[in-house]
Amino acid sequence: MFSNLPILSFITFIPAFVAVLLMVFSRLTADSGRAQLEKNASWVALITTIFVLFLSVLLLIDFDSSSAAYQFVEDTEWLGGGINYRMGVDGISILFVVLTAVLMPFCIYASQTSIKKRMLEYMVAFLILETFMIGAFVALDLILFYVFFEAVLIPMFIIIGVWGGKNRVYASYKFFLYTLLGSVLLLAAILWLYNYSGTVLGAPTTSIETLSRDLKIPGGAQTWLWLAFFASFAVKMPMWPVHTWLPDAHVEAPTAGSVILAAILLKLGGYGFIRFSLPMFPDASMLLAPLVFWMSIIAVIYTSLVAYRQKDIKKLIAYSSVAHMGFVTMGIFTVNLQGLQGALFQMISHGFISGALFLLVGVIYDRMHTREIAAYGGLVKQMPIYAIFFMFFTMANVGLPGTSGFVGEFWTLLGAFKVNPWIAFGAALGMILSAMYALHLYREVIFGEVTNDKLNDIQDMTGREIIILAPLALFTLILGVYPSLVTDITGPSVEALLASFQQAVGG
Amino acid sequence: MANVINFILPFLPELLLAFFASQLLVFGVVKKERTDLVRWIAIGLLVVFALAGLFVGVPGTTAFNGALINDDFSYIAKAIIGLAAAAALLFSESYLKSERLDQYEFSVLVLYAVLGMSIMVSSNSLLSLYIGIEMQSLALYVLAAFNRDSLRASEAGLKYFVLGALSSGLLLYGISMVYGFTGSLTFDTIGAVVSSGDVSPGVIAGMVFMLCGLGFKISAAPFHMWTPDVYEGSPTPVTGFFASAPKFAAMALIARVLMDPFMGIQDSWQQVIIVLSVASMIVGVFGALMQTNIKRLMAYSSIANMGYALVALSAGTVAGVNGMLIFMSIYLITSIGLFACILQMRIRDGMVEQISDVAGLSTTQPRLALMFTVLLFSLMGMPPLLGFFGKISAFYPAIDAGLTWLVVVALIASVVGAFYYLRIIKTIWFEEQDRQFVKPATALSVLSGVSTLILVAVLFLPFISAPVKTAFGAAAASLF
Repeated sequence: MFSNLPILSFITFIPAFVAVLLMVFSRLTADSGRAQLEKNASWVALITTIFVLFLSVLLLIDFDSSSAAYQFVEDTEWLGGGINYRMGVDGISILFVVLTAVLMPFCIYASQTSIKKRMLEYMVAFLILETFMIGAFVALDLILFYVFFEAVLIPMFIIIGVWGGKNRVYASYKFFLYTLLGSVLLLAAILWLYNYSGTVLGAPTTSIETLSRDLKIPGGAQTWLWLAFFASFAVKMPMWPVHTWLPDAHVEAPTAGSVILAAILLKLGGYGFIRFSLPMFPDASMLLAPLVFWMSIIAVIYTSLVAYRQKDIKKLIAYSSVAHMGFVTMGIFTVNLQGLQGALFQMISHGFISGALFLLVGVIYDRMHTREIAAYGGLVKQMPIYAIFFMFFTMANVGLPGTSGFVGEFWTLLGAFKVNPWIAFGAALGMILSAMYALHLYREVIFGEVTNDKLNDIQDMTGREIIILAPLALFTLILGVYPSLVTDITGPSVEALLASFQQAVGG
Repeated sequence: MANVINFILPFLPELLLAFFASQLLVFGVVKKERTDLVRWIAIGLLVVFALAGLFVGVPGTTAFNGALINDDFSYIAKAIIGLAAAAALLFSESYLKSERLDQYEFSVLVLYAVLGMSIMVSSNSLLSLYIGIEMQSLALYVLAAFNRDSLRASEAGLKYFVLGALSSGLLLYGISMVYGFTGSLTFDTIGAVVSSGDVSPGVIAGMVFMLCGLGFKISAAPFHMWTPDVYEGSPTPVTGFFASAPKFAAMALIARVLMDPFMGIQDSWQQVIIVLSVASMIVGVFGALMQTNIKRLMAYSSIANMGYALVALSAGTVAGVNGMLIFMSIYLITSIGLFACILQMRIRDGMVEQISDVAGLSTTQPRLALMFTVLLFSLMGMPPLLGFFGKISAFYPAIDAGLTWLVVVALIASVVGAFYYLRIIKTIWFEEQDRQFVKPATALSVLSGVSTLILVAVLFLPFISAPVKTAFGAAAASLF
């Protein structure tokens, strides 16, 4: 269908293009038309993101899921010297594109009521953010990937800083500088790789495909490069002990910002491990896998315990994200079919679940303007629909069979068990702990006595909020009972990745 | 007669520039009130001068018995210097008028400074090198103290002069040593002596002294002390000028000196350049952290940026010079844009230059706020803005030359640097204050807008940048 169209560039750049148009219009509008413009801007943004979603669904339909090759490839001269504008998707990246495209309209729709100031700038920031996120997933060139990967920081910094909570300045700085420090090491490694490819392959290149397929890097250098890539992706993931920016950023970010952060930005880290670390540095990945396992186990157990002691709902969910990402890193570095498929599935499923949980927190925050767990209690009396949704997503977060949360965790555990049963044991312990903090949160917020008088006249979810959360619940449920929807698409690419990995390590 | 023509013809643009500058001086004395006319003529002269070499110049010609050389490198450098100086004249107008400093000498001094810089970038012997430096410096000393009634400006001018004289002393001492040990002033002969092997330590000592003297001119640490005070004290458009053309000229001169006469002792100068580079990056980024005055902050930021440019030069390759040219041009564009923004920070009582003064800019003046933000993110080296590509073209050659550790240091320094740029962005976006700046002059809005657009337009890079990149490549290659 799209054989002659640069569909990936369209999907990537349409939001940014609309954002630029919005900025131009805002300059042309007189002050009197300001209020109307702000309102219209949010609708324009919503329509744009829905259009991008439509395109990405078409992309998914047209995608040949039986092939492991990159599809819809675009390759044009860009900076010269082997640095090209390369784009393409395979079974691994297309799902992240779709995930981004699916969540964006919900975020925009939820923000229409919860954002009270500077609506136009907010929409512009979100649209630009969407461009960068999709771009990072579809880029097939290291430099192009880096451009998108790091550019994400700019709109996110502004979003946290302008529309965030009380401590927003601290949180935005911490977010920006932590991630930047990680990514500059990645940049150094990319430049080194570019240079090395020139000496080994004859012509320097930054094509991800060529580098992963043809470049054989000696062991010592592989370790250094792996560590540089790891520094960047581990911060993004985030893995223990460099996760501390995440709770701050989550707590201070506006609801939609938290959703994007948890659902998509964190996945950039996991995606990076799968796309770069495994195929390019197989020996180093084997060598350093135990390090990742132990960091993951510590992340799962330690952050689960930390989550249990939180007083702030968003912080609790943020720590639970770190714990769930521990399963992902563990799954990735088992480097077997179950582990990798589980990690991918867990990332997609966590995108929906954590996104929904942050939206749920946003629902009560908009009414009460507090995120203290202690300020709530007995919500079930006034908000029965809310209680049902919260119950569903809490259970999905814990990993109840039948929800998508279960599938991902089960597979990663299975993969880990094949490598080392003790690792699986440690992670399984984390599952129990996750039930502990999630149910604790649910009990404190939804059940119990109404301690806060203001809660007596709190309104249940509005139609808008139900429209936002019901589809997410549906996705979670469908993926939970029919996981092949995801695994059929990722399957061939993952198998191809594993085959070349085994070959590289064995031979 | 033909000999005389060949003797001076390649240098005709400079001679004409000198001639017209002197004519403008005379005209100014007679018609004191026609400063606008003088300024516009000067801008026109600079633009014509900048483009003359590129379009009608013959690379490879020398003038004055080989004292000056015209090659692709000097043509490109002159083009950039001329355009940057024209931009500086353009953005000085509104400031000079409102501060009642609008005198015709300003434009003439800028012309003389450009003349000095173009002698610097095309110098082919130690004497012309020195003459060029002194010529531009004398003009710049006066410009720094142009606001005679201001204590700060006089202090800045005096400080600049004293330290500049010291650096000239170091430079001359180095020159005399190189002359004494090689027996020649022209770069070609020195180069031949140096690459013949068996280099006397005297040449190396002379080279180090010369680099120290030149280090002053690019404000590389540890020779940076004058920079913050001079940047802060000078009138803002002069600071903007200091941050652009002279930096480029001095950097280009260093490139020529290193790659031409001293190429044979690359091992020796590489260490010096690396030390200067690391020191500048560290002093620059940590010095800038606590500044509250935007001009002082820009001073430290320029120190750090010179450190990044030196990373490229330390490679000592064609790619390194090319990377330095690309990086410095992008830095010039950014800093002209930023100073055009800073010059728009005018309230009714006069200019403001504290970081806290931009608080709430995003609500009161969204367009200025947006330009400021883009320029700062680009200076920080954030993709997808042009500054990022400047940084990778500066750093890649060093990796190619096996200096990966230096690049890692530079990248980590740029993370520290991100902090203080973020501080300005934070003040613009996250803080509230209801302060309206006076409506800026059109020239300022246009300049800052154009440079912002250039930085963003990198998305369409291949279509606009290909000829520029080819020209830079040829320029870098012509040094070797």
